Amino acid sequence: MSTPFYVSPQQAMADRAEYARKGIARGRSLVVLQFADGIVFVGENPSRALHKFSEIYDRIGFAAAGKYNEYENLRIGGVRYADLRGYTYDRDDVTARGLANVYAQTLGTIFSSAAEKPYEVELVVAEVGETPEGDQIYRLPHDGSIVDEHGSVAVGGNAEQISSYLDQRHQEGMTLAEALKLAVQALSRDTNGSEREIPAERLEVAVLDRTRPQKRKFRRISGPQLSRLLGGGAEDSASEDDE
Amino acid sequence: MDFLSEHQPEILPGNRQLPPTQGVIEAPHGTTIVAVTFPGGVVLAGDRRATMGNVIAQRDIEKVFPADEYSAVGIAGTAGLAVEMVKLFQLELEHFEKVEGAQLSLEGKANRLSTMIRSNLGMAMQGLAVVPLFAGYDVDRGRGRIFSYDVTGGRSEEHNFAATGSGSIFARGAMKKLFRDDLSEADATTLVVQALYDAADDDSATGGPDVARRIYPIVTVITDDGFRRLTESEASEIARSILERRLEQPDGPRAALL
Repeated sequence: MSTPFYVSPQQAMADRAEYARKGIARGRSLVVLQFADGIVFVGENPSRALHKFSEIYDRIGFAAAGKYNEYENLRIGGVRYADLRGYTYDRDDVTARGLANVYAQTLGTIFSSAAEKPYEVELVVAEVGETPEGDQIYRLPHDGSIVDEHGSVAVGGNAEQISSYLDQRHQEGMTLAEALKLAVQALSRDTNGSEREIPAERLEVAVLDRTRPQKRKFRRISGPQLSRLLGGGAEDSASEDDE
Repeated sequence: MDFLSEHQPEILPGNRQLPPTQGVIEAPHGTTIVAVTFPGGVVLAGDRRATMGNVIAQRDIEKVFPADEYSAVGIAGTAGLAVEMVKLFQLELEHFEKVEGAQLSLEGKANRLSTMIRSNLGMAMQGLAVVPLFAGYDVDRGRGRIFSYDVTGGRSEEHNFAATGSGSIFARGAMKKLFRDDLSEADATTLVVQALYDAADDDSATGGPDVARRIYPIVTVITDDGFRRLTESEASEIARSILERRLEQPDGPRAALL
């Protein structure tokens, strides 16, 4: 009869973290940036149907990198949590902080439970406030920790390089077009430092727009509107006004 | 709702046990709701009165709610239960949209509401009925549609116009005479306010426009641009112009005899 080898808890955790990190690194990265009128989500996504970004509630958006079936599961859980909260109490009682806590608990439990394999996902939960000071962005790595972020966040494969690029260049009060262009520049940098072109059709873009009159601030940007925003520098300050 | 019935059944309206009661339970009731289609959309409107027996329980109750971007519900019947039903209905539509990434079809929304009314049958038997009117813009077919219900959840699609609530008989009569196929959006909004005026004229539980308190009917329009509720000044303008004409002709516009 074979006796199981002894594996120290440190080693076991390190292995699990390594496994999750590798899984996340295989996927494409995405970035979340604050701009003057809200928060913009930008990622490379060849699929039209499988979204990386989605609406959770009125002011709350969700972004995920990693394995689709795992983050989709978490997304639906988040929508249920938010809708149930809002129905039982009030729409104002649904907050990104509460949601991030639920996600952290779930991810943390799965990560440290020996029965399950760790989730290969990294999430971003963002809430747009009445003013830029009220914006909240939380990053949730695979192990269930929460990182409170400001300005810009990158998750996924090439996250470290992209976020240092963003940190240097991101400014407060950027327009949507400026933020979008910066995000695309950041995403098109490869691991080896070279740059490649990402066509507009391969981009998935969504915003939480605080200027939207409806309660639900989330909207997707695609097609002609996206190409217009990504287009030339001079004309888009004019074209942005008519939105 | 399936999720709720598994996890928190106590917050769903249909799952409450009622103690047996004698006679009718006194609770505020909402009254008249009318809807009319026009080329390009549908108008849904309601008066502002809630009654409890012979007492006016509330003068400025709101009985027309957006269900989602392209549909609205107007409620007649027990106000408390109806408002809760609408809240749950709104939640379900929004939840479906977020989880599935697509909106329910208008038919699907109407069926869903039907099930919710049916789950209230026990209460309805004790006099706490909820009878809504559902109207929406069918994005696939490109036109406005109206669905009416009975207390058992029976659903039927209405053509051109519909009304529900205590004043509905009078409102329907008015709309029958005023409706035509080529109404503009402005004509349709005037028509529903005329119908509500006639309902208030003959039904004591329906409130007419209250000029002194500036309380006017709620009028909502749903087109391919989505749901829009007329502002107070727009609604007051329609109500005042009707009122002015009725000072000369108290029974309102006359239709041709033949």
